[in-house]
Amino acid sequence: MLEQQLVNGVVLGATYALFALGFTLMFGVMGVINLTYGVYFAVGAFAALWSTQALSLPIAAALPLGALIAGVIAVAIDTLLLTRLRKAKAPELASLMVTLGATLFLYAGMAASLGTEIRRFPAAVFDGGAYDLGAVRIGTTQILIFGAAVALVVALMALVRGSRLGLAIRAVAENPDAAALMGINGGLMLRVVSFLSGAIGGAAGVLVGLNFNAIQPFMGEHMMLRGFAVIIVGGLGDLRGALAAGLLLGFAEVLTAAYVSSTFKDLTAFALLVATLWFRPLGLFGRAAAKRA
Amino acid sequence: MWQTLDDFYWTYQSLIHGIGVNGILALSIYVVLAVGQLSLGQAAFMGVGAYTGALLTVKFGTPFAVSMAAAAAVPALIALVVGGPTLRLTGVYLAIATIGLGEITRIVFLNWEYAGGALGLSGIPEKGGVLAIYGTLAVVLIALILVARSRIGRAMEAMREDEAAAGVMGVNLPRYRMTALVVSSSLAGIAGCLSAHVSSFIGPNEYGFETAVTILSYALLGGIGSPVAPVLGAAILTLLPEVLRPLADFRLMVNGLIIVVAVLFMPRGILPWRIARTG
Repeated sequence: MLEQQLVNGVVLGATYALFALGFTLMFGVMGVINLTYGVYFAVGAFAALWSTQALSLPIAAALPLGALIAGVIAVAIDTLLLTRLRKAKAPELASLMVTLGATLFLYAGMAASLGTEIRRFPAAVFDGGAYDLGAVRIGTTQILIFGAAVALVVALMALVRGSRLGLAIRAVAENPDAAALMGINGGLMLRVVSFLSGAIGGAAGVLVGLNFNAIQPFMGEHMMLRGFAVIIVGGLGDLRGALAAGLLLGFAEVLTAAYVSSTFKDLTAFALLVATLWFRPLGLFGRAAAKRA
Repeated sequence: MWQTLDDFYWTYQSLIHGIGVNGILALSIYVVLAVGQLSLGQAAFMGVGAYTGALLTVKFGTPFAVSMAAAAAVPALIALVVGGPTLRLTGVYLAIATIGLGEITRIVFLNWEYAGGALGLSGIPEKGGVLAIYGTLAVVLIALILVARSRIGRAMEAMREDEAAAGVMGVNLPRYRMTALVVSSSLAGIAGCLSAHVSSFIGPNEYGFETAVTILSYALLGGIGSPVAPVLGAAILTLLPEVLRPLADFRLMVNGLIIVVAVLFMPRGILPWRIARTG
């Protein structure tokens, strides 16, 4: 019983971590709460669904295609909404509200054009086979989700910490003006980051859609509030922290539901979020930065 | 003539109530935004006020005035308690913390059987009305205009524009922040209580994240240069869905589009003028 709960916790946690990775990257580099992120999650899932149905692609091709489409849409939306505000150095309230308005627009548009009923991947696309390991049962999708979360963290860390592109991205995150003086194309870096985080969000949407086999326009909305908890507990912009905090939240939710009460399950994320902000606002691995006026 | 007015009132009753209640909510978010804080907890405080007032009226049969007073006091007390650790945060961190507190409040109401749980509370007697709502709105609006014109208003604007500079000039930042949060929670609680007593039903999901951002959008569309602006924003955003009714499913799209355009092209709101000062 406990073993199965732990496995469920790991998979749920990996789901949260996967979702939060792109969110925290976007947040960490651009310094804005981009509420449209939940939309990319649904866009990725719908794009993959469409490509398996209309183009009858296998899931191995539909997953990257879904991620690609979500990434491109993320770049388009970011350019459309935030370029003007960045130029004017508008306060964060403005960017929060503009992405909020866009989210309302996009959700309503998706609901009107795609319908709100729950859709499913065709059964032939992916056999949801499972392995029995003694007392524990693990589905192939679940292994895929966990593998994808870990692989993405490693790949992103390698990119951000170990390449010239990553150095440029970190420079832009630190100080856009100084980065521009060093010859870094700030606009291009922001587009790269938008694309990466949109693609990660889209990929997470495909995988979560596969796991629960339920796709609908508002699927990202439920994840967004959990996503806030994960990126705060892990520390804003901290990739390693997002993985750790995602897993922590997954475990905490599963164990609360199993041993305390399922009504408290939903409370876990926000209790963790508020406790972190009150007692350790920098997150799990954060270090204090010097404050300048 | 009176007949026509009467018909008009009965047809658009909920809309007329909605504009007044949302006006008070807009003033509630204005108070925190005016000192440069970004709080998304207004919906939760509104819910606390609505539940406090409704429970007192329904379960204990208290007079409307008592319910209202309690609905103003309880959110203020909660703000006083959670304000200490929360107000050390700034910017997006404060916004996210208040989102978290709001969700906790919503889940507590959702699982609180005494208060109806997920079904909410129904059968709340209709004690509020146009007079109570617009009377409150007028009193609050006038009070806030007087404050904005005074020395306090100057200090608030200084904080909003540059906190460090305002602090150096001797503005007591923590006290202003806390006072703003308490006043704003109290106003949200009053608005919640008023709306509970005209709609006769309240449910836990009416006070979630969407409500919080809707309230924020009132102030954003109107602007925060003076207290009149957010009230105007609330009136426009409350009327808009009615005017756009023929668009059916695309109504929400237009609503979202208006917010985007307003932020991008009117960053100071549709009423950008600053209030004149007397102190």
